[in-house]
Amino acid sequence: MNYEMTIGLEVHAELNTATKIYCSCQNVFGAEVNSHCCPICTGMPGTLPTLNEKVVEYAVKMGHALNCKINPVSKQDRKNYFYPDLPKAYQISQYDIPLCENGYLDVIVDESGATKRIGVTRIHIEEDAGKLLHDESFSGSLVDFNRCGVPLIEIVSEPDMHSSAEAKAYLETIKSILQYIDISDCKMQEGSIRCDINVSVRRPGDPLGTRCEMKNVNTFSGAVRAIEYEAKRQIEILEAGGTIGQETRRWDDAKGQNFLLRSKEDSQDYRYFPEPDLLTIVIDEGDIQKWKEELPELPNKKLKRYMQSNGLPYFDANLLTENPEKAAFFEACVEKGICKAKNISNWLLGDVSKLLNEKNIMLSDTCLTPEKLTDMIAMIEKGTISVTAGKMVLEDIAFSEKTAEESVKEKGLAQISDTGALEEIVKSVIAANPKSVADYKGGKTNVVGFLVGQCMRQSKGQGNPAVLKQIIETMLQKD
Amino acid sequence: MTAASLSEKLQKKECSAVEIAHSVFGQIAKVEGTIGSFVTVCEEQALEQAKEVDRKIAAGEDLSPLAGIPIGVKDNICTKDVLTSCGSKMLSNFQPPYNATVVDKLEQAGAVIVGKCNMDEFAMGSSCETSYFKPAKNPWNPDYVPGGSSGGSASCVSAGEAVLALGSDTGGSIRLPASYCGVVGLKPTYGSVSRYGLVAFASSLDQIGPLGRSVADVASLYSVICGKDPMDATSAQREYGDFCQGMNRSVKGLRIGIPQEYFGEGVEPQVKAAVMAGIQRLAEEGAQAVNITLPSTDYALSAYYIISSAEASSNLARFDGVKYGYRAKDYTNLIDMYEKTRSEGFGDEVKRRIMLGTFVLSSGFYDAYYKRAKQMQQRIAQEYADAFQQCDVILTPTSPSPAFRVGERTDDPLKMYAADVCTVTVNIAGLPAISVPCGISENGLPIGMQMIGPKFSEQMLFDVAGCYETICGGFGIAPSMKGEGGQTK
Repeated sequence: MNYEMTIGLEVHAELNTATKIYCSCQNVFGAEVNSHCCPICTGMPGTLPTLNEKVVEYAVKMGHALNCKINPVSKQDRKNYFYPDLPKAYQISQYDIPLCENGYLDVIVDESGATKRIGVTRIHIEEDAGKLLHDESFSGSLVDFNRCGVPLIEIVSEPDMHSSAEAKAYLETIKSILQYIDISDCKMQEGSIRCDINVSVRRPGDPLGTRCEMKNVNTFSGAVRAIEYEAKRQIEILEAGGTIGQETRRWDDAKGQNFLLRSKEDSQDYRYFPEPDLLTIVIDEGDIQKWKEELPELPNKKLKRYMQSNGLPYFDANLLTENPEKAAFFEACVEKGICKAKNISNWLLGDVSKLLNEKNIMLSDTCLTPEKLTDMIAMIEKGTISVTAGKMVLEDIAFSEKTAEESVKEKGLAQISDTGALEEIVKSVIAANPKSVADYKGGKTNVVGFLVGQCMRQSKGQGNPAVLKQIIETMLQKD
Repeated sequence: MTAASLSEKLQKKECSAVEIAHSVFGQIAKVEGTIGSFVTVCEEQALEQAKEVDRKIAAGEDLSPLAGIPIGVKDNICTKDVLTSCGSKMLSNFQPPYNATVVDKLEQAGAVIVGKCNMDEFAMGSSCETSYFKPAKNPWNPDYVPGGSSGGSASCVSAGEAVLALGSDTGGSIRLPASYCGVVGLKPTYGSVSRYGLVAFASSLDQIGPLGRSVADVASLYSVICGKDPMDATSAQREYGDFCQGMNRSVKGLRIGIPQEYFGEGVEPQVKAAVMAGIQRLAEEGAQAVNITLPSTDYALSAYYIISSAEASSNLARFDGVKYGYRAKDYTNLIDMYEKTRSEGFGDEVKRRIMLGTFVLSSGFYDAYYKRAKQMQQRIAQEYADAFQQCDVILTPTSPSPAFRVGERTDDPLKMYAADVCTVTVNIAGLPAISVPCGISENGLPIGMQMIGPKFSEQMLFDVAGCYETICGGFGIAPSMKGEGGQTK
């Protein structure tokens, strides 16, 4: 029996404001335990919150990026529950009037660049809780309050996704937008993006099935596994004649399973009510407009432009637009106008990426500039240096102040296209490889590539491979 | 003696701040055993503060009118490194590492903090009997309650254990004890005094305010504590003058509104008579009495208990034994720790309100209770706004009766709540109101008169109250507290 799955996502993203949402503590990750907290974010008696206005700005920018209606007047509410990492015993959040509502996100679903529209129900601001620590040397639990009051936005989607791939594309696009508008560090390993996933299944044509929610999924690949697992679990229950109960389940990525946290009957009553310590949030229409204008070109639009105007395939455009740093570098290179966009893309996604990955660094950690890179690629396009030489130049210019030209000169890598000089090299290579010559004569013409390689080696990468190939073929046919 | 006259003596070097402090601690030593105004007496620290004031006087430095003046601070207002218990077992070991904004302001003004005033637990009560430590007593007659919740703040001023005091008022907690103890107490406009460092009971209603033995003293303390605080988002951005300097004590042409709802059946005839006599005396000074109506008054008490308990249930949830304050000794797991800590740490009245507040916010009941109470709040505020079209100030009894006997109402919460019937609407509407003594009951206890004004009309309230004070020839210390050494010097 066929089933269709329906997925809705709640994404929590930590914002990268300088200070926390309701106090002036620094908003940093990885500091010494309980070193970035104060009487306010630890909810000491008598203390009061005051709203960091940057948080509103960041959330509204995300609202614009997701095509939301921005509410110029919104309010904050208390969500009440007891837990040791929540020192006030309530979280300040937004209940019935969030900052942003009724938006959508167009997610690219195939290599033609075709998109699917996913509804965005709302975006609201709230504060993060602390973290419980468990220490072997101590029988109880310890609490680290550094994360208390770190600003979060919660982005709630409509149940518009019907496969784990769509959910993954949605999550990746959200992440990429957060990076483009520079409001979140998006460091998954630090938990700066987390999601809750709602999944239901139904037979085609039936009304929506009962949904189950999985809490705290920390990676996108984990989200895919969690969705697949949950859909399978529900289908198995239905196939066995059972019914699905509305439940909250905990995804354990290590075990690849989820576990019941609570069923609907035990669902918590958070007793939301308006936060009396804070004023209504009123945003100036001028600011709403200004923040909209400040938005950069967003990744999906950029991706389509790279495909249409720069003639790049989806694969390239997708990788280049993944983060704003890479995209900006690519665009600066194209702007130089001295080499082909596809060649720039090949180098950026090929050797440059490889170099960064090997050293685990960012582009900004190197000395590479769009000027240096395009000069180098232009020299290859003109035949001044070989591709092999280009790879050597790249390593050199990436970690020194040298220009591409200086590097080529210093290393003596300028390509030899002079037939006289190259003929000497070819002669010696042919002499040293009688077997290859025999193979060629026996009809194995592909040995030419091997011989070109040998010649390149002997010329220390400076021989022009196209000229070499011609000389080799002429000589072999002459004999 | 009032703060104003003590300040003058200090300036003229007729006495020193240390001498004033000693005189107050002498009185505390004498009467505190009977009255119980304080949870903590800060003698050592106060004498240090007094010495510092004397040093400044000797150096010829400019001093604020509060410099060297002994003041009591309610025990729900945070004082750095000094026990701030809120009258509860739950915080019976809590020393905040920070000052409330108002305490910072007092210290800057050179006021001498003599102690932390006794109160009903977490400011929930009208008699000061729900204090975990001990009940405070009425200095006019220790068989009677001083009123609550700022009972210790009123009793210490009335008993001469301090010259001024800070209280907090959520539904009448400054005005009620001020009236029971025969002193002046102001509940300021919501937002005019920072709440930062006031341990919250009901955040949208709480306001810190001054108590004193004269209107001028209350005005000068209010002048020091009011003002916008960046640490309190609900504090209002506006300019405040010196309210004491600005007083003109005149009521000529003033329209005094008399709401019939506040003179109905529940109000004792002797109270009605005293307040009406007060109004009459103001009329003789040129004020004009106008009958007005505040028709929703009957619903105010219910709306008040719903809103304040709802907020309290959330505000007091942080007392869970995890980080500070009381924690139960024996427990088996987290939930057990929460339950035992809160069962053992809170008294009955606090638990009653937490349960009520939790209930009215629960899903399925929110619309019927909390939402309707908020609607009623708007209606009451609107009725006041309408009333102030017809009059400048509204006069009512502060409480339907004078102080009741200790223990008389402890078993009847509804009767206890009824003491607030005249005061809660003011908090619900965010208005300022002042209570001044206006007579003595048949059994020799003070009766209070409440003057209510529009938002930020404190200056006018001081003028009216000041005019009345002049007519009466002044208020003062409780008669039984006078006598040998009984008066501050």
